[in-house]
Amino acid sequence: MTDSVSTEKDWSHNPGVIAFAWLAVGIPLLWGVLNTLMKSVALFR
Amino acid sequence: MAGFLDKERIIAKPSFNRWLIPPCALATHLCIGQAYALSVFNLPLTKQLGITKSVTGDWTLAELGWIFSIAIVMLGLSAALFGTWVQREGPRKSGFVAAVCWGVGFLVGALGISTHQLWLVYLGYGFIGGIGLGIGYITPVSTLISWFPDRRGMSTGMAIMGFGGGALIASPMSDSLMKAFASPTSTGVAQTWVVMGVIYLVFMLGGAFGYRLPAPGWKPAGWTPPPLKEGGLITTHNVTPQQAIKTPQFWFMWWVLCLNVTAGIGVLGQASAMIQEMFRGRVTPSAAAGFVGLMSLFNMGGRFSWASLSDKIGRKPTYAVFFILGTILYFLVPLTGKIGSVAFFVACFCIIISMYGGGFSTVPAYLADVFGVKYVSAVHGRLLTAWSAAGIFGPVLVNYIRQWQVANGVPKYQAYNVTMYIMAGLLVIGFFCNLAVKPVSQRHLEAERAPLPDGQPSYAK
Repeated sequence: MTDSVSTEKDWSHNPGVIAFAWLAVGIPLLWGVLNTLMKSVALFR
Repeated sequence: MAGFLDKERIIAKPSFNRWLIPPCALATHLCIGQAYALSVFNLPLTKQLGITKSVTGDWTLAELGWIFSIAIVMLGLSAALFGTWVQREGPRKSGFVAAVCWGVGFLVGALGISTHQLWLVYLGYGFIGGIGLGIGYITPVSTLISWFPDRRGMSTGMAIMGFGGGALIASPMSDSLMKAFASPTSTGVAQTWVVMGVIYLVFMLGGAFGYRLPAPGWKPAGWTPPPLKEGGLITTHNVTPQQAIKTPQFWFMWWVLCLNVTAGIGVLGQASAMIQEMFRGRVTPSAAAGFVGLMSLFNMGGRFSWASLSDKIGRKPTYAVFFILGTILYFLVPLTGKIGSVAFFVACFCIIISMYGGGFSTVPAYLADVFGVKYVSAVHGRLLTAWSAAGIFGPVLVNYIRQWQVANGVPKYQAYNVTMYIMAGLLVIGFFCNLAVKPVSQRHLEAERAPLPDGQPSYAK
């Protein structure tokens, strides 16, 4: 078993990094959801 | 010294913020989820030579259908074959390989499209991309479960929700790119695939390099593992993937997934035709497309919400809800046609499809409960062969039964009724398979070298 931890810099406490990571996946997903919702409106017309 | 992609390199310090892991998992799954939107290229690809219309030598829809089929078969095969490797090498290396396969798959496919060599498209998107799909799908699973032992369902549900959401992004993005690249001499598909391949490569690499593993023995601050119930399903022990497939539990769960997916996948592909035929004259093609879009949203939402609910009520009861509620809803569908209620029909299918998505996203946590966390990616990879099998059973059942009924004089608007009852029957069988899942016998458990109190993986080489 290894007990060593990463020597790479820990960015996880930088709120900017967390926000960037969530926005990078959240914005495209939101765009896709909105596009789909707009298409779905045709069903209720 | 550990290499840049090695598992040892990414073991996090105890203070690491675990909320950086879900976006990395989403970055992988949102990209590979594009596979569900592949059909947007079908029509343009049948006009590669003629540009405005199909001409002699252009590819047919039947030939193009194999691209998706090869990719899905490769997804199941590579998840099963490389599951143990993914578990051993860790999420950074497997995420890197998945990104390269998926990105390169698009680029090779684009070369095939521009030179009009279909075998290159099969090789690129189908074979190479399919391997990326399989490895990418299972890559974040055990990492998320390790970081979120208190919310196993929610964490894997979030990632697998990305797989459903990927198509919602890919579909309009593909449309926009094809329009931008289209010219009198090109449909713009090859250029679109190049751009998408590069975007997906960058995104997935970003996700792969962001993964970290918790240090052995790590647990969330302030969380103590709940006491295990005597005779309960949740174990702190581990079962190796080789041993897991020898247990009846694995095969009951294989059927649970297969039957749940079969019931959903068959109607997913026929949703547009079904609503138009059952409500002839009342539902236009564009309204039917809206229905398909709505189902995609419920498919995606169900992946997150049902898996999160399973953290509260347990995995086995969650699947019991899928099977009982699904059976009732499938029985009600013919009634919606009889009373002519489009709204009732839409509501039934939206709930059914949410449970189809929920079936995918709840299963990794179910496996972790029953077989332990240590080998969950490898066991999950093997279980995903159920998906490949369901991909054949579902559409075949729906299409052939309907065809047989129409050929025997059943009106088109009633032709789906028998299919719905058969789907309900499959879900009843699924209910009993789920009921049969019991704790794994002691003789299948791995001898623990250094047991950890909360079931955390040891990362032992």
